[in-house]
Amino acid sequence: MSTTLLPDHETTEVLDRTVVTRPSLRDTLDQSLAMAWRALKKMRRNPEQWFDVTLQPLLFTAMFAYIFGGAISGSVEDYLPIVITGILAQTALTACMATGIQLREDMDKGVFDRFKSLPIARIAPLVGPALADLIRYATAATLTILTGLLMGYRPGGGVPGVVAGWLLTVVAGWSLAWIFTYFGTRARSAQAVQGISMMVMFPLTFLSNAFVPAETLPGWLEAFVKVNPVSLVISAVRDLMNDGALTANVGWALLGCGIVVAIFLPLSVRSYSRKM
Amino acid sequence: MTHVPDTDLAVAASGLVKTFADFRAVDGIDLEVRRGEVFGVLGPNGAGKTTTLKMLATLLPLDGGEASIFGVDVRRNPHMIRQLVGVTGQYASVDENLTGYENLWLFGRLQGLRSAKAKSTADDLLERFGLTEARDKQISAFSGGMRRRLDLAASLISQPPLIFLDEPTTGLDPRTRGQMWETIRDLIREGSTVLLTTQYLDEADQLADRIAVIDRGIKVAEGTPDELKSSVGSSTLQLRMSDPAETAGAEDVVRRVLGEEPVLTPEAGGLNAALTDANRAADVLIALRQAGLSIASATVQKPTLDEVFMAITGHGAEDETHQPEMEVAR
Repeated sequence: MSTTLLPDHETTEVLDRTVVTRPSLRDTLDQSLAMAWRALKKMRRNPEQWFDVTLQPLLFTAMFAYIFGGAISGSVEDYLPIVITGILAQTALTACMATGIQLREDMDKGVFDRFKSLPIARIAPLVGPALADLIRYATAATLTILTGLLMGYRPGGGVPGVVAGWLLTVVAGWSLAWIFTYFGTRARSAQAVQGISMMVMFPLTFLSNAFVPAETLPGWLEAFVKVNPVSLVISAVRDLMNDGALTANVGWALLGCGIVVAIFLPLSVRSYSRKM
Repeated sequence: MTHVPDTDLAVAASGLVKTFADFRAVDGIDLEVRRGEVFGVLGPNGAGKTTTLKMLATLLPLDGGEASIFGVDVRRNPHMIRQLVGVTGQYASVDENLTGYENLWLFGRLQGLRSAKAKSTADDLLERFGLTEARDKQISAFSGGMRRRLDLAASLISQPPLIFLDEPTTGLDPRTRGQMWETIRDLIREGSTVLLTTQYLDEADQLADRIAVIDRGIKVAEGTPDELKSSVGSSTLQLRMSDPAETAGAEDVVRRVLGEEPVLTPEAGGLNAALTDANRAADVLIALRQAGLSIASATVQKPTLDEVFMAITGHGAEDETHQPEMEVAR
């Protein structure tokens, strides 16, 4: 057809209908946005899906700051720059985990049979919810920062630093969510996703520099902590928010996120397509 | 732009095979559905009906055999097949979290309709399927029949030339079932080609032009509803002898009077015989009395799927030992 601009978009005539052999990039985008719309509607109608990104940041920030503040940094105020950035990463990761679990739950429903039977890009049912979940990561990050500010956190990076740190948290959340999305497409049940995700999430958050300085750990553990992508993100967020500095850490964090997406997005799409 | 040559066959499948672990759910099925006809696939739970349909709809990969729809290869061009087939699943495949209208709007958008067009199509379909009042209700508030109708409506958004209906009335009460049949008949009148699966002979009889009977993954018979029914007689005489020892004598009498081979049932002293005319039952009963054979009970029944099965496969439709299809298919 003359309107075809993309080389991957070929048409064939069957009966009197024009059908395409493959979805175009434009179709894929439209379909992903439609799926994001569905995910947003679903979120709005199931308010319990918001608990992990609303209550958890408030609770964890206060809890961790008051419990560990004195022991680790001498005072709650001195600990806030460490713990706020740590909890940002932790809540983003928890929100990611929910992305995978909810995808699995969703895929068990009848409506997914219809999605599979429709001529839509296989990536759309995965990208749609991922886009909608940006709102959840943003909510979690905003609430964590606000709680910190209320408790006396005064980020040295000022407004630009905080905004940049917030943005990096959301991007990291979206990127790391593909790991859990992949589990979602592979596991047999939502419970299984939850189980696997917990096993991945706890080491990722606690074996990082989220709550304690890495230097205080035994050498072998410190080695792992330093390559943990969550540590990379946390270091970068600290540089941005606490020092207002655009450091190499930010580059490493973004690269780490990029690698995670480059590996797990194609794996997820392949595993989802195979489930049919 | 290429052009797939027109073919009279909406579905052409040969030697379809699907294996789950060591269980052959579909074991070499051939199907030919002509354009414009309603083709019924009849069989008990676990026979491989849904699995066959899922393979043709690109929801399951083929483990063996070939299939094409309107000349388009199912294996090679799944994306094209999805534009030609509307699928209505066994379990209503609509979104619980959305309203009736939102469901249809979403499916329209996903199939490339602009927002305004998706909106008008959704409203048209809701009206046509008598769901206008439920337009803004969430699906969780829908009755079983309403869900099925919405599901069917959703399959029609892109006006596909071929429609798959997987057990469209299983689990519905008789009244809702009748409404669903009416809806399907309307669809047929508009000239759609329909491939439907069912467990009920009467449903296939009511709706289908031709029927394939499937059992344990194999096609055991094919023909028009009349041909199938005449293979088991128009009805069945079910006899139970007072003394099981007299069963052999009763078999002789039935064979002599009806010229048909009776089928022994699992209960002692029970036998079934096909009747081309229900009135012939009286002849059999008189002959039994004359032969001095005593019956415990005698009933005349219209053919059931079980009898079609008994007649064609030599075993009942209910004595299936393998797992239900859906569990395996997942």
